[in-house]
Amino acid sequence: MIEWLVRLGANSLQGLETFGRSGLFFWRLLRQLPSALREPGLVVHQLYNLGVLSVIIILVSGLFVGMVLGLQGYNTLVDFGAEGSLGSLVGLSLVRELGPVMSALLFAGRAGSALTAEVGLMKATDQLSALEMMAVDPFPRVLMPRWLAGFIAMPLLTAIFSAVGIIGGYMIGVTLLGVDTGSYWTNLSSSVDFYDDLLNGVIKSVVFGAVVCWVALFQGYDCVPTAEGVGRATTRTVVIASLAVLGFDFLLTALMYGEVG
Amino acid sequence: MGPSGSGKTTLLKLLSGQLRPTKGSIRIDGKEITAMNRQALYQLRRSMGMLFQSGALLTDLDVFENVAYPVREHTNLSPSMVRSLVLMKLQAVGLRGARELMTSELSGGMARRVALARAIALDPSLIFYDEPFTGQDPISMGILMRLIQSLNRTLKLTSLLVSHDIDEACRIAHYAYVIADGEVIGRGTPVALRESSEPRLQQFLRGEPDGPVQFHYPAVDYADDLLGSKL
Repeated sequence: MIEWLVRLGANSLQGLETFGRSGLFFWRLLRQLPSALREPGLVVHQLYNLGVLSVIIILVSGLFVGMVLGLQGYNTLVDFGAEGSLGSLVGLSLVRELGPVMSALLFAGRAGSALTAEVGLMKATDQLSALEMMAVDPFPRVLMPRWLAGFIAMPLLTAIFSAVGIIGGYMIGVTLLGVDTGSYWTNLSSSVDFYDDLLNGVIKSVVFGAVVCWVALFQGYDCVPTAEGVGRATTRTVVIASLAVLGFDFLLTALMYGEVG
Repeated sequence: MGPSGSGKTTLLKLLSGQLRPTKGSIRIDGKEITAMNRQALYQLRRSMGMLFQSGALLTDLDVFENVAYPVREHTNLSPSMVRSLVLMKLQAVGLRGARELMTSELSGGMARRVALARAIALDPSLIFYDEPFTGQDPISMGILMRLIQSLNRTLKLTSLLVSHDIDEACRIAHYAYVIADGEVIGRGTPVALRESSEPRLQQFLRGEPDGPVQFHYPAVDYADDLLGSKL
């Protein structure tokens, strides 16, 4: 029993210490923002790696999620004779919730894991130490451009996901199941509000992008510099980033749409 | 010099400010580095070079860009000057013709020579070598030894080399320290070290498998262990 308590205490302390280190890491990262902005070429290069190379998975996933929404939504709405509202259902679901969350989860799996593996391997092969020995701070040169690229790419990927999802819903709802085209688009445009829905969706995706890249970069930078250490850090990135996205989603949704009393 | 696990690389990391000691003092060129902030340390490192055991080349850059990297970071030289400087450094290590190769296309020996060219790119006054001969074939080892010697002489560098390759290190070193068990067990010129009567030092220099440093890791009696039922 005592041994169990000691282990619990030690693990809790270690967890708190890691959390504190990640906080300091994030602070040091943010302070390099001006330096990274002076080297836009590095950010653009990472935008390609993190953003452009994630487009395929976002496109395919967005299309299927939209098609499933169209199918499920139609089956539910048709019972009430409200299949004309399918556009509202698909649009609101995607723009408010599924677009930001699904894109962030996919981004964590594809780009987040790649970030951790890349930075972890740079650490394991002494490349980060070599930069330090050349008097080059790896934060503005290596880490910040990657974080900034993720921060910029995430809302763009979310927009693509939602747009393709809406087309997927249209393909199933209108083309296959016979919902009126006019109803689909009219209901969609009248129910999706710019500030309440689109802007909140963008805010969510920006927060998710920042969190996923923070977790991914910290895990890579903080990993044990061995093959096993990098592997474990990559797994931790996907798990922690995914859970963080879902946690922040609830928090942001409560702040944006929650009504008290 | 010192046996594996004696802390040679750790010592090098302490001297270069990559690790902070929990106590004690480290002075480079009269400056206390343990109390330096990051900016001051980076300023000092501009006059240092380091050759890592793995080479530590940036894998997303080719040979030319790897050597050019510190030059571009710390100088405002024109592109043609950077080119000339990099080609001179690559010529010094015999790899001017390999400038367009990616790091994945280099052999271990070539990677270390490129790393050496990068380490001397800014003409440092002090250079650290971390196990430069480990894992090298005889030809690469001979090339590296000749390079380290000639660079040290022609550039008038202070070179600090960490190694457990006794013969090679003794052939190029002017002065050597041998560390083991957390202390200096011998110091002096390579000739003086060989004449020392310190048993641990002699075991290390002669490569004897048993002696003060025992061959067997501490364990219970062999017969008891074999007859015992405990797994």
